Amino acid sequence: MLAEYGPFFIQLGLAIVLAFAFLKGAALLGPSRPNRIKQMPYESGMDPIGTARTRYSVKFYLVAMIFIVFDVEVVFLYPWAASFERFLDAGVGLEVLGVVTIFVIILAVGLVYDIKKGGLEFD
Amino acid sequence: MDLTQSFSSLGADIIVSAPLVLTMVMGLVIVVLDAFRRNHVATPWIAALTLAFGLVMEITRIGAASGTAYYDLLRVGGMAAYVNALIFGSGLLTVILARPYLESIGHHIGEVYALILFASTGMIVLGTANSLITIFVGFETMSICLYILTGLVRTNQGATESALKYFLLGAFATGFLLYGIALMYGATGTMYLHEMQSAVGDHQTMFRSGVGLLLVGFLFKVSAVPFHMWTPDVYQGAPTPLVGYMSTASKSAAFASLILVLYLALPSTQWIGVVAVIALLTMVIGNVIALAQTNVKRMLAYSSIAHAGYILVGLAAGSPEGYSGALFYLLVYTVMNIGAFGVIALLEWDGTQGSEQSLDSLSGIGYKKPLLAWSMVFFMFGLAGFPPLGGFIGKVAVFGPAIHSGLTWLAIVGVLTSAVSAYYYLRVLVVFFMKESNPDVATDNITFSVPGMSAAVIVLCVIMLIVLGIVPTFLDVTASFFDGNMLATLP
Amino acid sequence: MAAQILFFLLATVAIAAGLGMLLSRNPVGSALWLVLNLFCIAGLYLTLNAEFIAVVQILVYAGAIMVLFLFVIMLLNLDVLPEIKDIEWKKVFGFTLGMGVLGLLSFVVASSLDILPNEISARRAAEVGSATSLGEVLFTQYALPLEVIGILLLAATIGAVMLAKRKPV
Repeated sequence: MLAEYGPFFIQLGLAIVLAFAFLKGAALLGPSRPNRIKQMPYESGMDPIGTARTRYSVKFYLVAMIFIVFDVEVVFLYPWAASFERFLDAGVGLEVLGVVTIFVIILAVGLVYDIKKGGLEFD
Repeated sequence: MDLTQSFSSLGADIIVSAPLVLTMVMGLVIVVLDAFRRNHVATPWIAALTLAFGLVMEITRIGAASGTAYYDLLRVGGMAAYVNALIFGSGLLTVILARPYLESIGHHIGEVYALILFASTGMIVLGTANSLITIFVGFETMSICLYILTGLVRTNQGATESALKYFLLGAFATGFLLYGIALMYGATGTMYLHEMQSAVGDHQTMFRSGVGLLLVGFLFKVSAVPFHMWTPDVYQGAPTPLVGYMSTASKSAAFASLILVLYLALPSTQWIGVVAVIALLTMVIGNVIALAQTNVKRMLAYSSIAHAGYILVGLAAGSPEGYSGALFYLLVYTVMNIGAFGVIALLEWDGTQGSEQSLDSLSGIGYKKPLLAWSMVFFMFGLAGFPPLGGFIGKVAVFGPAIHSGLTWLAIVGVLTSAVSAYYYLRVLVVFFMKESNPDVATDNITFSVPGMSAAVIVLCVIMLIVLGIVPTFLDVTASFFDGNMLATLP
Repeated sequence: MAAQILFFLLATVAIAAGLGMLLSRNPVGSALWLVLNLFCIAGLYLTLNAEFIAVVQILVYAGAIMVLFLFVIMLLNLDVLPEIKDIEWKKVFGFTLGMGVLGLLSFVVASSLDILPNEISARRAAEVGSATSLGEVLFTQYALPLEVIGILLLAATIGAVMLAKRKPV
């Protein structure tokens, strides 16, 4: 129930407040004597040339799509972790393990296929 | 729920659904095989044997009493076995037709057969679904595989375009279906079709909204007007033998599922009006637009829209008689359409899956390729509904129940539009046999190779079309699915 | 009470983030606003006791789908979007007011037609929405659909790799 998440929301709120407080505090309390060299992106490195915005290769997109597939797989495995003890209590832990193993094998076939076909390679 | 007993019936379930399980497993085997041995020669044969095994298994079980498996999520035996046999059969014929075709266009790749098996898995789950969950899972699995198969020839702009159109519109249709499922579940609190009617209670409005949205999803898949826009483009751009598969197996699955939904979840007569109007629109628009087509594949696409309309007439009758007629029509339609697309695939010469090929370019082909052309004669007469072929009996089987249910006007429109359709079907034959070959296109210089296996499949389709026309016992088989024990066997 | 305060807090931030996404002139900025919006919606799911959906929302939408969004933005190399000139605040105000009235009317119509579902207790919602009770049915009763979903994901992987990678034989 919602009350159980009370600490979570409090922690979230605290984290946000603290993050801003530190940033602001550092700016307020610390001395600030800017000069031209200090304000360069890389104070003692190469001068940046050109724009950071270049076109990405479409291959990243393929990787991202494969990532989504395995991300969704994780979503299906998460309830298993949550209900694992109940399965053990009912004595069907092995059977459920079998169901999950088949599911993972099916997706592992996809991974094998990706690797063999070079879906994860950048050529 | 009691978890300790949750796997007690698993063994029995796997045995009764052996064809489904085998299809999934062999699909995985093909993927692994193709990963290590690219385009292995055995790949198509593994797929064909799997589908043939499933076909034989399901045919033997058509007579069995219907039941359920996997916590009543799937139906088995009886009507389910019949639908599965249709799906396996059209898959098998497609695999045999597709192999030489894909080789000739330079896209013979092993994944195609894995995807056909996975699509068949989805279709079986959809066509035998007894719950909204299995309907959705089957629907999506089938659709995803078909989107990929449509865009198989990615170097061809037309194919890519049609795949993208199919995918975007199909994703919308899935959205409608899913929203409908959510509303139906919200109104009833159950996912099982046979429990819906008693569980609706006082949420009728919400339930009806859900059913309406669910129908949109289904009508999109069976390409009924007004959700038919994707059909001509997709059929034109996709590889031709696979179009035969898409237009038959996916329609069989979607119609079978729709029949189960209408029969189990909505037994009242309130949906007859909706289905009847859509059937009317589908028949009229499909047939009229088909008249104007010059491209053979587009013409067959509009013809398949029109045939969806005829099947919807059987559904609109709302009686077991109408549903069994529709199921019989699906068998006849599968035979005719696989054959017709098979012939067109073999007569293709433009190298772009026939997307640029006009009917006139095939003029006079009847004298060069008599076997194919004469087979086409049977398919065209069958599609137009001439006796004594199967198409005629099929039309009787769907229009008759409509008249019995008081939808005489719908049956009349059906007969009239069938008469209209004769024009464009017979024009194919006129072009094939009575026209001089077109010197601009000069098919004289093109050699059409006709592999023996493909010819055998087409001849088999012709024979089945004739047998279905003169042996009426098949209609008794589909009628027996609804003789009262279907609901009785439910838990 | 705490739940109500939380709801309005999250809803306000969600709407603000949605507006930020629409009004931001930098595509990457828009995408990041959308992330904030998705996080707020995950929080809203939590206030409805739908724990699992909330986690999935963050895992899949804020995580994976946003990666795709950012890749598309970078793929197309979208630069700064054109400035919106002269927003007619009168129209915006009128539109907001109209939509509000429409929403109110739809609510009244919906409640009189009785299409709103029955209210369920927070306790029941927490029970149904938890990953534990989902897992209990997902791996037993719905084991077959689960494996078929595996097939679906596999087909999607194959499709992506095949269409993007495979060269004609």
